[in-house]
Amino acid sequence: MTVDRTALAEWSNVLVDSAILIYAIALLAFGVDLSGRGRRADQGSSAVAGADAEAEVTGAAVAPVAGGSAVATVEHAAGSGTTTTATTTTVITTTAHVVTATVPARSRAAGIAVSLTWLAFLVHLAGVLARGLSIGRVPWANMYEFSVAGALVVTGVFLAILLRRDLRYLGSFVVGPVLLVLGLAVTAFYTEAAQLVPALDSYWLLIHVSVAFVAAALFTIGFSVSVLHLLQHRRELARLLGRAPARGRFLDTLPPSAELELLAYRLHVVAFPLWTFTVVVGAVWADAAWGRYWGWDPKEVWSFVVWVVYAAYLHARATRGWAGTRSAYLVFAGFGCLVFNFVGVNLLFSGLHSYSGVG
Amino acid sequence: MTRVPLPVPGVLRWGWRQLTSMRTALLLLMLLAVAAVPGSVFPQRRSDPARLADFLAEHPSAGPVLDRLGFFDVYASPWFSAIYLLLFVSLVGCLVPRTRRHLREVRAAPPRLPRRPDRLPVYRTVTLDPGGAPPADPDAVLAVARADLRRRRYRTRPDPGGLAAARGLAAERGLLAETGNLVFHLSLLAMLVSVAASSLVAWAGQALVVVGDGFANTLPMYDSFRPGTRVDAADLRPFSLTLDDLQVRFEENLPSQLGAPREFRADLTVRDGPEANPRRERLEVNHPVSVAGARIFLVGNGYAPVITVRDGEGGVAHSGAVPFLPMDGQYTSRGVVKVPDARPRQVALTGFLLPTAVLDPDRGPVSVFPEARSPRLVLTAFAGDPGQDDLGLDDGVARSVYVLDDSRLTRLLGADGEPARMQLAPGQTATLPDGAGTVTFDGLRRYAVLDIRSDPTRSAVLVSALAMFAGLLPSLFVRRRRIWIRVAPGQGSRTVVEVAGLARGEDVGLPREVTRVLDVVSAAVSAGAAGDATGRAGAPTGDSGSVPREG
Ligand code: HEM
Repeated sequence: MTVDRTALAEWSNVLVDSAILIYAIALLAFGVDLSGRGRRADQGSSAVAGADAEAEVTGAAVAPVAGGSAVATVEHAAGSGTTTTATTTTVITTTAHVVTATVPARSRAAGIAVSLTWLAFLVHLAGVLARGLSIGRVPWANMYEFSVAGALVVTGVFLAILLRRDLRYLGSFVVGPVLLVLGLAVTAFYTEAAQLVPALDSYWLLIHVSVAFVAAALFTIGFSVSVLHLLQHRRELARLLGRAPARGRFLDTLPPSAELELLAYRLHVVAFPLWTFTVVVGAVWADAAWGRYWGWDPKEVWSFVVWVVYAAYLHARATRGWAGTRSAYLVFAGFGCLVFNFVGVNLLFSGLHSYSGVG
Repeated sequence: MTRVPLPVPGVLRWGWRQLTSMRTALLLLMLLAVAAVPGSVFPQRRSDPARLADFLAEHPSAGPVLDRLGFFDVYASPWFSAIYLLLFVSLVGCLVPRTRRHLREVRAAPPRLPRRPDRLPVYRTVTLDPGGAPPADPDAVLAVARADLRRRRYRTRPDPGGLAAARGLAAERGLLAETGNLVFHLSLLAMLVSVAASSLVAWAGQALVVVGDGFANTLPMYDSFRPGTRVDAADLRPFSLTLDDLQVRFEENLPSQLGAPREFRADLTVRDGPEANPRRERLEVNHPVSVAGARIFLVGNGYAPVITVRDGEGGVAHSGAVPFLPMDGQYTSRGVVKVPDARPRQVALTGFLLPTAVLDPDRGPVSVFPEARSPRLVLTAFAGDPGQDDLGLDDGVARSVYVLDDSRLTRLLGADGEPARMQLAPGQTATLPDGAGTVTFDGLRRYAVLDIRSDPTRSAVLVSALAMFAGLLPSLFVRRRRIWIRVAPGQGSRTVVEVAGLARGEDVGLPREVTRVLDVVSAAVSAGAAGDATGRAGAPTGDSGSVPREG
């Protein structure tokens, strides 16, 4: 079988361009959804801000309520009554602390946005696969391929999370960065399809880089949630001080800041071991390729810095006086280092990891 | 005069407590991240001495200051070391008491129910009335609850929780989280110790081997050698190898990346010792060859033109392959041939090898591809007085074979009075001016640059890294939970069931877990009251709807 490799590479470019277009429309739809949320929030009561840290986020609670607007109910129920049971026993009283979480309202715009994101993802995936077939290897060995494949993983991870939890309100904050990365990739980083330099030709590349992608994708989504957390926190503070916050009405339909904070933490808690794994596998690979597992090459330095900053974040959450908003700043620092590690280090520094292909 | 006793122990204890506090650990972690950054900005002496030399030349005033401050040796600098040593002292300081406490907790039974369980973060209670039937037997009910919790890997202990008439159960799970956390931090320590040990016992060296030639693991065979502080020549095991072949492939088709390296591969014959049988090995970029406790890496390659020099008296004064060092991606290579034995005058040649030479109208001959398609040697010649040893090979000063000190040599000039420049294709011979002899370019061989390394602590570092990872997962994902159950007789035939839960850190699943346990216990009460003493944990009883249940 002969494959026309040049044609495949061209197809890949067309597919990636198409994906960019679809992402852009999806972003628009997510934007419409957010502003719609803002409007609905004005109409409905906004009891959200009252929910406290006991908030219980469960599969059932998150299931959308048809037609309902977003309302958080906080019950501290001490009901008494009678109900007959399956046996002869009767419940006399029940008392419980119960909190049900925000229920995001169903929104047509959000539905369309998610469908478009799926479509963009599939087209994007086809583009990456075509690139891979055109070169007969994993398609992430230079800056361009790296960004395109990395953006794909971010979308994929987001869609995978959506299957389990309704985080559609995050859509703009995920698709936005994806578009940014893809835009940079096709305009600034584009490199023709080619084979690997020998040092990168290894199955470690597959493991090391794909795990790094998933970790970075989770860090990215976690970063977005942390930004929302901080915005929400500001808004809640303003409310408490009696000031009516003017902008960002969409925030009223998002979960309370404590819940966003917890969500951000849980994303990071999954991302951190994946990053740890990335660094360890990187060291194993470096040991096989260069005979030393650690040499403080710029890429290694920044991977280490990312790791330490996120470790500091995890510590901060367990440190008195640092939990909550303060630790969110460590998330920002960590994400800044992560982005620098993927972009800045490749472009600015020389080292064994210099494989940007951007000339 | 009375002496005021210095509160030294108190101060020390205070300092120690500060150092081992979580806040200090956090601060030190952040400092460590910041301190690591300059190492990526400034060229480092160990990894990139050539770029450091350029940097120092470009920054004559700032360079020495930065050097004194350790910015070219960041990871060995006093400030970087201070941060990580403090971090690890802090780590030891917090790990020792934590480990002790954890061991105690693992051996102890789960803690008793607090006096006011309704103050715990999650608390649920239900009063059940069997409607005329005799009340359920609390012990049987608890047996059901206990079996259920055990199945979910809780440790349990009977605990009436202070009420005389009540029966109760204290349960706990998730100690593995703390175990994992301790393993993680201890492995970090172990890793640091192993890395530190490697700087004592590891060694590494680099050798250039021309195809067809051999190498024996002795100090003189190395071009450069970096021993650990506790390594000497006797630690080099006597293995040897021959470089049989070297295949190198470059990008030929894609215009934008023409000449980019695509594949390097070397074939070796290796002997683990003088008596050992030779074995054939393939050496590739990501695939080192192991031999006698060391590993061999292919890190570079180049061309060694085979050059014969006949001197002015007609004898062969030099014959052999001379490695030239590549200077660019097209393998334009520079080299030196020193012929101290030439008579009547010593001869030295310097020049370039162009693997695929073309004549550029502006720059003269250049190489356009790294493969040897049409190799040319471009040489200039020098002559010196053997009596004075102008080549300076015998004076005992170590000199690079790739650099020519021409301060005492005479440049040979051509008929036009310009420095003589000879351009040779393979097989060609040129005559040196002034009857100094002839040069023949016999052919081209490749050479490989081998990194040979031994680091006995590698496996310890790997094991600590894996243990670190293994500890991290339970540390982050295992939930530590405590559940207390109390079953007490109420008015008449009623039974009051209380379930309380406490978790370490956030635990969004805890309310669900407490509800589940409450349901199990309620079902057991109902079943017990209905005379089903086996107490199946059946379907949960209905409730008023205020207790959420999830599937
Ligand atoms: C070498 C630097 C260190 C690194 C990379 C590191 C990393 C980590 C990580 C990843 C966690 C898990 C966080 C979590 O469970 O959410 C953790 C937890 C913890 N670390 Fe460290 N750590 C370091 C040094 C220290 C030091 C010096 C101390 C003592 C002062 C310390 C005390 C703790 C404690 C008490 C926890 C448990 C926090 C909790 O319950 O969530 N660590 N550390």
